[in-house]
Amino acid sequence: MGLTFRGGIHPPDKKELAKDRPIAEAHVPKRVVVPLSQHVGAPCKPVVSINQEVKKGELIGEPAGFVSSPVHASVSGKVSAIGEFPNAMGRMVTSVVIENDGKEEWTALRDHPDYLSLSPEELKEKIKTAGIVGLGGAAFPTAVKLSPPKEKPVDTVIINGAECEPYLTADYRLMIEKPREVIEGLKILMKVLGVKRGFVGIEDNKPDAIAKMKEAAQGEPGIEVCALEVKYPQGAEKMLIKATTGREVPPRGLPMDVKVVVQNVGTAFAVYEAVRYGKPLIERVVTVTGEGIQNPSNLMARIGTLVSELVKECGGLKDGMGKVVAGGPMMGFALSSLDVPVTKGTSGILVIPEEGVVHAEDFAPCIRCGRCVDVCPMGLMPSMLSVLSEKGRYEEAKEYHLFDCFECGSCAFVCPSKRPIVQLVRLAKSMTKP
Amino acid sequence: MEMTEREQRLIVAVSPHVKSEESVSRIMWSVNLSLLPALVMGVYFFGPKAALVTALCVITAVLSEYLFERALKRKVTVGDGSAVLTGLLLGLNLPASLWSFHPFTVHVPIIGSFVAVVITKQLFGGLGYNIFNPALIGRAFLLISFPKLMTIWIQPTAAFLGMDAKTTATPLGILKEEGVGKLVEVFGDKMNLYTQLLVGHRAGSIGETSAIALLIGALFLLFKRYITWHIPVSFLGTAALLAWVFGGKDPQTGTMLFFAGDPILHLISGGMLLGAFFMATDYVTCPTVRKGQIVFGIGCGALTMLIRLKGGYPEGVMFAILIMNCFAPIIDRGFKSKVFGAVKVKETKK
Repeated sequence: MGLTFRGGIHPPDKKELAKDRPIAEAHVPKRVVVPLSQHVGAPCKPVVSINQEVKKGELIGEPAGFVSSPVHASVSGKVSAIGEFPNAMGRMVTSVVIENDGKEEWTALRDHPDYLSLSPEELKEKIKTAGIVGLGGAAFPTAVKLSPPKEKPVDTVIINGAECEPYLTADYRLMIEKPREVIEGLKILMKVLGVKRGFVGIEDNKPDAIAKMKEAAQGEPGIEVCALEVKYPQGAEKMLIKATTGREVPPRGLPMDVKVVVQNVGTAFAVYEAVRYGKPLIERVVTVTGEGIQNPSNLMARIGTLVSELVKECGGLKDGMGKVVAGGPMMGFALSSLDVPVTKGTSGILVIPEEGVVHAEDFAPCIRCGRCVDVCPMGLMPSMLSVLSEKGRYEEAKEYHLFDCFECGSCAFVCPSKRPIVQLVRLAKSMTKP
Repeated sequence: MEMTEREQRLIVAVSPHVKSEESVSRIMWSVNLSLLPALVMGVYFFGPKAALVTALCVITAVLSEYLFERALKRKVTVGDGSAVLTGLLLGLNLPASLWSFHPFTVHVPIIGSFVAVVITKQLFGGLGYNIFNPALIGRAFLLISFPKLMTIWIQPTAAFLGMDAKTTATPLGILKEEGVGKLVEVFGDKMNLYTQLLVGHRAGSIGETSAIALLIGALFLLFKRYITWHIPVSFLGTAALLAWVFGGKDPQTGTMLFFAGDPILHLISGGMLLGAFFMATDYVTCPTVRKGQIVFGIGCGALTMLIRLKGGYPEGVMFAILIMNCFAPIIDRGFKSKVFGAVKVKETKK
């Protein structure tokens, strides 16, 4: 049994649907819709104008603030619109629409075969200007994570290869197909932070990925590949740190409080691509999967590709489709339209057939069975949070550590009364302040 | 962009988008199932009367829940098995002698079942909102209202001669009134006493008779993880410890002898097993946090032994659980779970 944390659940992992599909280049669309806010932090300011010709990788949005991340053109062509377009969460976001000219012309890229000779500052600058954000789904700007304040020294970098969300296989495929690149990415991250210790945490239902990564890490001093117990949410930052290092991030704290920085496998790969080849982040691996899609696949898709196009490429939806989720089934967002773009944080598109949809409208009162308390990885009492939120007693919910909940959904998964606990927690959070 | 017909049918809801198969009704029906061995043994030893009393309780429970919910225009929830469970538990906690028309006593289970479901559960808001274990309130109500009828115990026979069976005292009754010496005398010897209690050949409530049948059901619930060890172990452990320390009496003088009690006798007699595994573990009325459940169990065990050894009633399980039910919310508050990482903060502050 691998390393682990307290609590958690064992949802059916369903990874068999897409795990053996090698990463394929997705069809490059005729038009991309690139949102200027794909990350946590301030939205970018557009630096292109309508009808302007852009090349692949050209800057189209510059960061506005420290916590922000630049956005680049994912195809070469002409800017046809700059305006508000819906994103996967259903919000309207300023986006740049580019009509693809089919030339696939890159902007000038600067490669660095001897990248490890660069200084930490130079490396960080490359990561920053490449627009790299956390590709696990949170989309937090990577360069910001790599800039801990002086009083918070870091001694460990962990690469998150847990991929604990059921169905998703994007990180798994990267570890199988590009293990060397992921390890190089980790080495770059370690150099930027000046740390000697690096971990790669992988759930032990992916023995082949563990083997590949171990092989790639052979002879790399300070790098260790760890097998983790298969349990959701093993890939949550705090749980992963606990499992690999035994350290506990304090409530509301950050990984750097325990001298750790965590980066996703996809992020490490993007870091390598950015530093080695100077490539900005204009594409990512997206797992298109679920029982409701004809051909589950892992696609390297350009940022700004519409979900509808990826769905079409995977053979389309089966009849009786019910729900399409951006991300995994535990924390992903259900889409209200398929005409929303893939962004840097889109790890998967999951199509759930109608018979697989759990309807929450007829949930029952809490019977206080305590299952949610047992599984909560944060040690909270989701039962109380949901009841207090239902009664509008939001302030009291704070006494039960409302804001320590990161909405992993383990509680709602196990609840025999089918209570929408995550929804109630979000409601309470929106009605009160931390 | 035009919405296709298919897209208009997209279902949008908050994550998580997958849920476990567990449901309230599956849990309730499983608990009902786990009580069947005890019911079968009750019927075996006390005859058809036992089945009729239990059936009366179950039917009344379901019917009164149905009628109450219809009257208040609430969603009818009798299908979830919880009313059946309340009726079944109440039935198992009653003497089989209540099925009698001369004197007329069949109204007693009906009243108890009504009190359990309507007053204890529905008036508080239905399943999930009740403070007290419904079946136990039903039984307590009957014990106080009909003290005589509630303590007429049929002599167990395995021969289905329930119609005009003799009445007798329960083992705990004998223990209380005449001491352990008399109890052993009645059953022949100590080994035989244990064996009879384990198999169920003794006077008492319908469901508490066979310790083995109860343990089979309890193991099933533990195996299915519908209950955890916390409450039964702390309940029974505390009771056994107190029974051993304070349960002994000098046969001549009747004064207390320390460390001379018989814990096994106390554990397998009366409603101890039925209470510890099936009643104290009721989700709604016990604490939610596991540590709190241990405190709850210790409280139940201690109060049970206090009543058995010092109180006026020979049996204390029912009142012990009901008293601890009051404390469940406050215990939960006291053990408000520890947030991940919280201890580390204190340590680093030092």
